[in-house]
This record gives sequence, structure tokens and C-alpha cells, in this order.
Amino acid sequence: MIKESLKGKITRISGPVIEADGMRGAKMYDVVRVGDENLLGEIIRLNENIATIQVYEDTNGLKPGEKVISTDLPLSVELGPGLLTNIYDGIQRPLPTIYDQTGDFIERGVEADALDRNKKWKFVPTSKVGDKLKGCDVLGEVQETSIILHKIMVPPNIEGTLISIVNKGEYKIEDVIATISSRDREIKLSMLQKWPVRQARPVKEKYDPSLPLITGQRVVDTFFPVAKGGTAAIPGGFGTGKTVMLHQLAKWSDAQVVIYVGCGERGNEMTDVLREFPKLKDPKTGESLMKRTVLIANTSNMPVAARDASVYTGITLAEYYRDMGYDVALMADSTSRLAEAMREISGRLEEMPGEEGYPAYLASRLAEFYERAGRAKLLGSKNKEGSVSVMGAVSPPGGDFSEPVAQNTLRIVKVFWALDSDLADRRHFPSINWLKSYSLYLDEVSSWWKKDVGEHWLNLRNNAMALLQKESELQEIVKLVGPDALPAKERALLESARMIREDFLQQSAFHEVDTYCSEKKQYEMLRIMSKYSDLIQKAIENNVNIEDIISIKSRENIARMGTISNQEFEKKFKDIENELEQEIEGIINEVNKT
Amino acid sequence: MSNKEIEYTTVSEVAGPLMIVKGIKDVAYNEVVRIKTSTGEERTGQVLEAFMNKVIVQVFEGTKGLDTKKTSARFIGETMKLGVSKDMLGRVFDGTGNPIDNAPPIIPEDRRDINGNPINPYSREYPREFIQTGISTIDGLNTLVRGQKLPIFSGSGLPHNNLAAQIARQAKVLGQKEKFAVVFCAMGITFEEANLFIKDFENTGALERTTMFLNLADDPTIERIILPRMALTCAEYFAFELGMQVLVILTDLTNYAEALREIAAAREEVPGRRGYPGYMYTDLATIYERAGRIKGKKGSITQIPMLTMPDDDITHPIPDLTGYITEGQIVLERGLHKKGIYPPIAVLPCLSRLMDRGIGKDKTREDHAGVSNQLYAAYAEGCDLRDLVAIVGEDALSDRDRKFLKFSEEFEKKFVSQDEHEDRSIEKTLEIGWELFSILPKSELKKIDENYIKKYLPKNE
Ligand SMILES: Nc1ncnc2c1ncn2[C@@H]1O[C@H](COP(=O)(O)OP(=O)(O)OP(=O)(O)O)[C@@H](O)[C@H]1O
Ligand SMILES: [Mg+2]
Repeated sequence: MIKESLKGKITRISGPVIEADGMRGAKMYDVVRVGDENLLGEIIRLNENIATIQVYEDTNGLKPGEKVISTDLPLSVELGPGLLTNIYDGIQRPLPTIYDQTGDFIERGVEADALDRNKKWKFVPTSKVGDKLKGCDVLGEVQETSIILHKIMVPPNIEGTLISIVNKGEYKIEDVIATISSRDREIKLSMLQKWPVRQARPVKEKYDPSLPLITGQRVVDTFFPVAKGGTAAIPGGFGTGKTVMLHQLAKWSDAQVVIYVGCGERGNEMTDVLREFPKLKDPKTGESLMKRTVLIANTSNMPVAARDASVYTGITLAEYYRDMGYDVALMADSTSRLAEAMREISGRLEEMPGEEGYPAYLASRLAEFYERAGRAKLLGSKNKEGSVSVMGAVSPPGGDFSEPVAQNTLRIVKVFWALDSDLADRRHFPSINWLKSYSLYLDEVSSWWKKDVGEHWLNLRNNAMALLQKESELQEIVKLVGPDALPAKERALLESARMIREDFLQQSAFHEVDTYCSEKKQYEMLRIMSKYSDLIQKAIENNVNIEDIISIKSRENIARMGTISNQEFEKKFKDIENELEQEIEGIINEVNKT
Repeated sequence: MSNKEIEYTTVSEVAGPLMIVKGIKDVAYNEVVRIKTSTGEERTGQVLEAFMNKVIVQVFEGTKGLDTKKTSARFIGETMKLGVSKDMLGRVFDGTGNPIDNAPPIIPEDRRDINGNPINPYSREYPREFIQTGISTIDGLNTLVRGQKLPIFSGSGLPHNNLAAQIARQAKVLGQKEKFAVVFCAMGITFEEANLFIKDFENTGALERTTMFLNLADDPTIERIILPRMALTCAEYFAFELGMQVLVILTDLTNYAEALREIAAAREEVPGRRGYPGYMYTDLATIYERAGRIKGKKGSITQIPMLTMPDDDITHPIPDLTGYITEGQIVLERGLHKKGIYPPIAVLPCLSRLMDRGIGKDKTREDHAGVSNQLYAAYAEGCDLRDLVAIVGEDALSDRDRKFLKFSEEFEKKFVSQDEHEDRSIEKTLEIGWELFSILPKSELKKIDENYIKKYLPKNE
């Protein structure tokens, strides 16, 4: 690509934003190289000869007068085998490569390919010469990790007849593996593709999601489920458990590929994922979780301008794996940092500020991002399906959800997990507030639960919700008159609600067993709790003293159900249930005798 | 003639902490400026915004006495650097990094950019070595680990300085004898407050292992922007070059944030919440994220930043943004202080995010996590009941509830409260926890493994 590139010079530097003169002819959102150190930047405004550029690296020491060169290309990611298990910065430079070049601290001006050019992959062709191929049709396959078969696809915008394809064998990602003839042109294809991050990869059609994304988190799966291809937001003040929750979802959700974006958050949290995921086993495949995961890290002390690049990079990778027919889940922690980066850049551009200083286009940018989620009929001749589910943390100032980022996000997403500082303070985790949260996928996923797990799922769930609702009303009364003043029936109801809260909704992310709860186990737990609720009401009707009911031994057994392993729970739950029935019967008989 | 030797007398504007110099060329963003006032006084500044022929400079020692006629500016051709050396231990520096203890100047072993570079998350080592501070509410419930950043959220008039000094005095990693150092960075605190630390370091013999960077209440405010960066540059040198375990105490971040706001206001930036700049989160992150551990390196940086919450409001942007960056927080409460409880740590809003990985068998004790969770749950319940009792009276409570109420009272008296010089071992802390559990019905101890209950719960007669 030898082309006379456009060259200007810096005229102003203000933090991550610079201006350059002599840039007429450069295109909006093109990537540029800035200064003598060739820092990477992106054009975000053009005015006559002047281009305004956000620089993805630290601008310390940069001088007006230094050169700016346009690459004439939009910000793009590299797609191909080798993405999984990797950790990238916001502009897809592998952090291990940066480490090799500059050591423990990230220095500027590092150039690093996202994918290893020298590694050989075993390619197995699945198309043959003469096949008529469309965008996203599969040329062949590469076993990228032991669990993910990487489909090497025709790029979305290409269509034609396959005129050559290599034999099964080992190839580097830049080797030509196939040639397609398309309207008299011959196009050579390799395993490496590029795609501009700000442009969604096309699909044929989007569908409504219908299957739940099972996460192994009780409060999510049973109470506020998210669907495969769905969107969810998890807002909460600091320390309420957003990151732990997103880590849990990345670990345990039954997506096939996971993209985790750390956007403006802590370095140690990325380190945590890096050291923990390889050791953890996927409950479904038994393989290391890292083998299905790509990490993207633009931590809070890394350049602000790369915040939004990190999220777009992530979603583009997610779409790419979706196009292979996978269910992909993307977690972004935290979208507020992305919004703040937009605000900072917008401020430096001296744009007219909207609400709380955020630019007026905040809402549309957030919508654009979440709109790239979904379940879709894919391009290609086979009409395959794939999905991208997106879960984003929101970090509202002062934990107050009325601020613009939370509000604009809620207008878009279908699931709202409202974290609550009060619950977090008392170590009720996950601190999802059951009265404020909602899921709009309940109807869509209930038929799956009914068919695959248990007939009464929706009933059990709705009854438990109603119980919690009633509890909060009763608690208002208790605050005024004390619990003693309530009739025994209602005190029993408070007990049942307390059980749901403490023993079902709460789930420790750090307990070896409790960290993941299978859907069947969730169902059984809720069923037994519902039985407890019925039985103690019956005991009350038989005039058993409330204090005697509260102190039954089974209460403690039920409280420990979460920590019974997924292998043994069916048998042990049976015992617990039997004991519960006998105990209640026992105390009823006791009363009847006297 | 190189730029370094040119004395520009083309100052065109002075406003707030800022100065504009025109007619310059070849000046870099963030370059350091040496300023000479008309009376010959020297000051230091830094380029905040660079244009082809003009720069905006922030002046650290303030702009009082600057003029647009005689004041001159010289650009030194590099960004702000600090000369570092192991000889900085035991020394005291001012807000621009010059020694103020009447001892000879430091001969630097290296000169480093004070802004540092971000640690590559791939090179980080996850912090997990338990630091025993000897304070029950921290060790037992909000465990500090090596390489953590754990701030103290306080209010004016609360004994946060005593607490920080106590931590500095007592902190140790069990079973290890290693080189450790304290870097103390004072931003805008009074002489008296600073003296509390200096005296304490002196008494415990820690002074020779301490490096101090002082900008006191009557020192120039804008210096507070560079001070923590110098302190951390020094700390990084100690930790990652010399292999020391460094404890960095930063106080008071509230004054730092005020200085940041002053600059933002002078630049007429669009203000964020309560007038603080929109980029304050990122700015604070470049300070706090310099804590940590690095793979293959012996040393570590543990940060204890302190801040006073304006009007005790934890949702104020300074504590709020801090909490979003740090790995937990220790919160002090006026109510407890008034009750005469020291340290007045409000347990419920406190958090240590790195605790889970630093405790348990072989680190502290097998029952630690369970004890901590149970103490939290029971205390939270007891606190709720207090509110209830205030309205309906204690008689309306059930037997069970009365026990929780008693528990919360005893918890504050026995567990939270301790002497400023009492250094409790982790075993002692856990033991107090178990004693408190014997107030509660055994069936309520649902957060602890049954085996531990058998093993540790005191048997009543
Ligand atoms: N499910 C859980 N089980 C046990 N502990 C939890 C759980 N969720 C959160 N916690 C506790 O809460 C702490 C804070 O959680 P987390 O770091 O996820 O908060 P956050 O909302 O991401 O905060 P920030 O906005 O500051 O990043 C954790 O360190 C952990 O101690
Ligand atoms: Mg978080």
C-alpha cells in the first residue's frame, strides 16, 4: 500500500486532544500517527485545514510543529485465530507484547500486531472449488482452542465463486488460503480480516431473543433473567458489586465465547481475571474458562481517549464470533467511564454541553453500542443463528440513578439489575434490589424453563416476588408498631420472605460451591422454600406458637442449601424436604395433643 | 541559542494560577517552566496547553507578584522530573521536591518523570499478603493486603491522623522481616497535624525509614497537584528498584481536589459535579493506580490516602470518585466518635475488596471469612433494631431480637473499640468475634461453617 499519505503538523495540544494544520483531505474517524513518536490518534473533527484529533496515548512532551500523518484508514480491529485467551489494550495491542517491548510499565509509541503473524494454525477447508459463496460463508475451520472451532469466513462484503482453496495443513494468518472470483475480480483471502470498529458487522435479520442466558446466579436466572442476545445494565454506587457480578457472568454464563472489557476501571481487576480464569473450569464443558475468553483492558490510568475504542473493539470481536454462529456475551465495566471520556473530549472540543456536562450525543452513542447486541439470522447461505448479549455496568455519581448515563442506559436495555448500597453495606450479595430491578425477558424465557427445568417455574418465581413485595409493606408497619404487634400469620410470612432473601437471593461469589448454582438446583431450592412457606402457614392455622415454628432445625438446613454441591444436591434436598415435613407435622401434633 | 537558555519576557496574561506566554516556539505539552518575577524570585510552572506560539502555564507557587512586563519564563526542555535515590529515606522535601531539612542535597541515582507510566495489567501481581494492622475492624472485617490502596474517609475533627499513624506504626506482614519504608505526603494539612506524624515516626524510630513530602496549609496550593506524583515516583523507586515494602500515606486528598478545581475554574472549563472538573476521576486514578505489586519484583506499594468528606457527605465527589477507584474504604463516623469509641470506624460502609484473597487457612485463619460475614450480618441486624427500638421501645422486641440488639452494643464496645496503642493479633481479633457470637442463638450463626462453630465457639459451662 504505497500511497502518498497526507501530512500535517500539530498546532495545539490540550491533554489527549490535539489540533493539526494541513489536514485538508483527511477523513473523519481516520487513524493518524502523531508526532515524532508516532502516537496513534483518530480524527474527531474537521474544519477547513484543521483536524482535531484524539490521541490514544499519553501526549506529554509532544510539541506544536511535530508532524501528523494520516493512515487514510478508519480505526479497525484484526480478526482471525489467536484472539481467544489474549488480553488487549483499548486499541487491540496485546499487553504481553507491550510487556516484552517496554517492561512492567506501558510506554508510548509501541507498535504491536494484534495477532501473531508467525504462528501456524491447522486449517481444514470445508468449502470446495466451484462453491458459490456469500459473505460469512465458511471457507474452513481452525481449532482455535480446545473448545472453540474458529470458522474462517468470507468477509461480509464479498460474494463470488471459490476458484481455489488450500488443502488441509498448517498456515500463517497472512497466507493466502482461498481465492474468490467476484465480478471478474479475483480476491485473495487469508485467515486474517480487518473490520472498522465503529461499524456494526451486518446480519440478515434480527430476532427477538427467546432463550435465557443461564448465569448460575439465582437472583439473575430466576428473578431477573437475561436472554441470549439480550441487553442488561447493572448500575450501582462504588463497592456495591458490579465488577464481581460481571466477573461471575463472564465465568459462569452459558455463552460460548466471552469478551470482557475493562473500561476505565482497576488494573488489579484485570489481573484477577488473568490469573483466575485459566484455573476455573466451565461447568458445561469442563474446560478452562480462559479458552473461550478475550480480555480488553483500558484501565483508569491508561489513556482516556482509548476508552470508547476499547468498547467498540470489544463489540466488534463479539460480532465476529457471533458471525460464526456462536452465542457471545460481552461485559463492559464500566460504561460510565466511557461516557466520562466522551465528556472530557467533548469539553476539550468546546462543544455545547448537555446535561451534567455530557455531550448531547451521549444518548445516541449509548444506543448505538447496545444496539449491536441481539440474536440474529446471519449472513451466508446457511441461515445460521448467533447472538451477542451485552451487559454493562453503570457507575452513577453518589450512587444516584437519576444521572444521565444511568437514565439513558435504562431507556435502551431490557434488564435492569439495580444495586443497592444498603444491601451491600449489610453484605447482602449480590446486592440486587429485588423491588427496583426488572427484566423484560421474563415471558420470552419462561417457556424454556417450563420445558427444560420445571413445570411450575413461573409460578414459583412470581409467588416469591409477591411474598417479597408483601414483606416490604409489612415492614413499614413493623417500623411503627414492632413485630410483636403483627398477627402470627403475617409474622410467618415475614419469616418466609426472610428465607428467600437470605438463602436464595444471597449468593456468595467466593464460596467454592455457591458461586455457581445450576438451573435445576435453583428450581429445587425455590420449590422447597415455597413448601416451607406453605407448611408454616399450615402450622399457624393449627395454632402452633410462632416462636416454635421459627426455631425448627430444618430452617438451618434450608439456609445451607446453596453450599450443597451440584452433584449431591438432588439426594440431600430430598432429605431436607422430608425432614421439614416431619418436623412441621411433629410440632402440629404436639399442639393437637395438648 | 537553544530554547533552554531563552528568557521570554513575553508574559501576556496572568489569571488565577495561570499565566500565558506568547511569542514562544518549540515548547512541549507539560514542559516545565522556570519563572523569574520582577524582584528576582524564582518559581516553577508547567505547560497546560501548548499552541504554535503561545502556551498556558500553571504556576505552582502562585501568581502573586507576577507581571506582564518584567516577569520572565524559561522552558527547560523536559517534563517534570524527580531525582531519586535511596538517600531520600529519612529526608524531608517541599512541594517542588527540594530538601527542607537543612541536610545536603540528594545526589540522584536516577531522574524520573513524576507522572510515571501505567503499570501493565499483565505485569501486575495480584495483592494477597495479609498486613496485620493490629486494629480489629481492619484486620478482622476489612483486611488490608500488601499492594492495596485503601483510603480513610473521615470528617473534620475526627481522629483519622491518629488512626493512620497507628496503622503506620503497627503494620506488619506476619512471619516476615523485610525492608520497608514509609512515604508520607502531606497536602495542605496544618503543621500540627503533620507534626503528629513526625513525632510518632520519631518515637518509634521509623523516621530514618520515612521520606516526607510536605506542603502545609500555608504553602502554595497549586503545588499540591504535583506533590503526590513526586511522592509516588519516589515510592516506585523504593519498591520496584530497591525492593522495599512501601507504605504511602497521602493526606489530605480533599485539599488536592480543591487545587484541581482551582485550575479548572481558572481555565474556564465546563465544571462537573460541584464545580470539580469532569476529568477528576481519571486524574485521581493516575494517583491511586500507582499502588500495587509487580510480578517478579520483591517490593510493593500500599497506599493509605486520607480525605475529609465535606460535611461528612460520602456522596460528595471527592470520596465518591475515590471509592470508585480504590480497593475499598475505611469510613470514620462522628456518632461513634461522640460516643467515645476509638477508632470510630463505621463498620457497615467499610469495605476491603482484596480481603477475600488475603485471608483464610495458611494466611490468617480458616474461620476468618465466616466470622467476618457473620459479624457484619449480625451487626447490621442489630443496627436496624436500634432504629426500631427508638420508636416502639425494647419491650416490643422478641427474645431473638433482643439478643441481636445486645450483640451490636457489645460489638462496638469490645470489637470496634480499642486503645490507640493496642496492637491486637488477628487471633485475638477473631477470638473477640467468637465471644460476641455466644450472645446469639447458635442457630443464627448461618454464615459460618458448622465445623468452625464446633471448633471455635466458646462452650458455655
Ligand atoms: N456476589 C458476591 N459475593 C460475595 N461478595 C461480594 C459479591 N458481590 C460483591 N461482593 C463484595 O463487594 C465488594 C465490591 O464489589 P465490586 O468490586 O464488584 O464493586 P463495584 O460495584 O464494581 O465497585 P466499583 O464501582 O468501585 O468498581 C467485593 O470486593 C466483595 O467483597
Ligand atoms: Mg467495579
